[in-house]
Amino acid sequence: MNILRAQGLGKRYKRKWALTGCMLEIEPGHVTGLVGPNGAGKSTLLNIASGMLEPTTGTIEVCGGVPGSGPAQLAKVGYVAQNAPVYSGLSVEDHLRLGARLNPGWDDDLAHQRIEQLGLDPRQHAGKLSGGQRAQLALTLGIAKRPELLLLDEPVAALDPLARREFLQGLMAAVAEHGLSVVMSSHLVTDLERVCDQLIVLVDSQVRIAGDVEDLLATHHRLTGPRRDEDSLPADQHVISARHTDRQTSVVVRTDAPILDPVWTVGELSLEDLVLEYMSNSVTTRPALEVLR
Amino acid sequence: MIQLHLDAASGLSPYLQLVRQVRHALRLGLLREGDQLPTVKEVVAELAINPNTVLKAYRELEHDGLVAARPGVGTFVKATLGGAPPTVLGPLRHELARWLVKARAAGLDEESIEALLMSTFRGSAREEIA
Repeated sequence: MNILRAQGLGKRYKRKWALTGCMLEIEPGHVTGLVGPNGAGKSTLLNIASGMLEPTTGTIEVCGGVPGSGPAQLAKVGYVAQNAPVYSGLSVEDHLRLGARLNPGWDDDLAHQRIEQLGLDPRQHAGKLSGGQRAQLALTLGIAKRPELLLLDEPVAALDPLARREFLQGLMAAVAEHGLSVVMSSHLVTDLERVCDQLIVLVDSQVRIAGDVEDLLATHHRLTGPRRDEDSLPADQHVISARHTDRQTSVVVRTDAPILDPVWTVGELSLEDLVLEYMSNSVTTRPALEVLR
Repeated sequence: MIQLHLDAASGLSPYLQLVRQVRHALRLGLLREGDQLPTVKEVVAELAINPNTVLKAYRELEHDGLVAARPGVGTFVKATLGGAPPTVLGPLRHELARWLVKARAAGLDEESIEALLMSTFRGSAREEIA
């Protein structure tokens, strides 16, 4: 069974499509990274999965149900929106009490344990907390709710490196202990490389590629060699990007088969390179679209 | 107990780095039979990495017969990796030293020697897999 399954999912705000033709299948027990440039549709996808937004087209199933369809469904999905929103006028303890009242599966021991481990003063107002502490408080609420799926929108973007590391430590410990599935968006591919085993690259409101991180790394290669036309490559080598100088050609290809042509020097890509190839590839097609307008 | 770490510059996938570190510790005698490896939760909470990465590394070590998982308790070292005895290492080292003298005499500097060694090493490793 999939923890998240989307078919032909799309969302339009007035005249602009924020998400189109999105097909996704995520199995439970994974930490999935959602990457893409600003405005690619990451937040829209997470908002739809949490039930905060209704899709314009297509269907989505999360933990076996329609997002936001009722109390039972809401209990299965945790969502920490962008900038880790907390109520600045309420104390840390108030937040825990609120969590306990609003969530049928609330794990109060877990919540208090985490607050104590983090060294937060329960009487402190959330508005007085540092960015890292606020994010940790929001994460505590998300974890103590004991959801099957936890959605996180840019949870570490505004944090300093130490707070970021501490946040991810807490998140990974929860994944190890409770076996919850996570989908998190982030710009920081180096962080995602450590914590995610699945990756979705979203560009221009479309899913460009999605899959297992190790599979993605194993099937993408950078080929460099004497200049040649990328159309002359074997049909099973899908060209992601190509660059030419007057003497040399460098292409990034995706293929399940080994590269046998001895002309090429075969190099591997880091996850960051791979993501950037998919992201910058779309940049080159953008001017053409503007001409059409 | 050993402490695992990750090196971003190593170019190896996190799971392979963990496997290497445990194997290394076994070879150096830092880990002996019966020793416990850090639990998945401990590694994850320390390194902020995906639990599946640690599980995969431990499964590979288990597959190689080096460790055994006791459900609910942890993962324990089952066998050690003894290094090769000096009688084997000595002659190999001698041969390599002679080769290095030859390489320097041919005008190769440190960097070219290292590059040649590494590319030959990788090439032969690839042939063995194929």
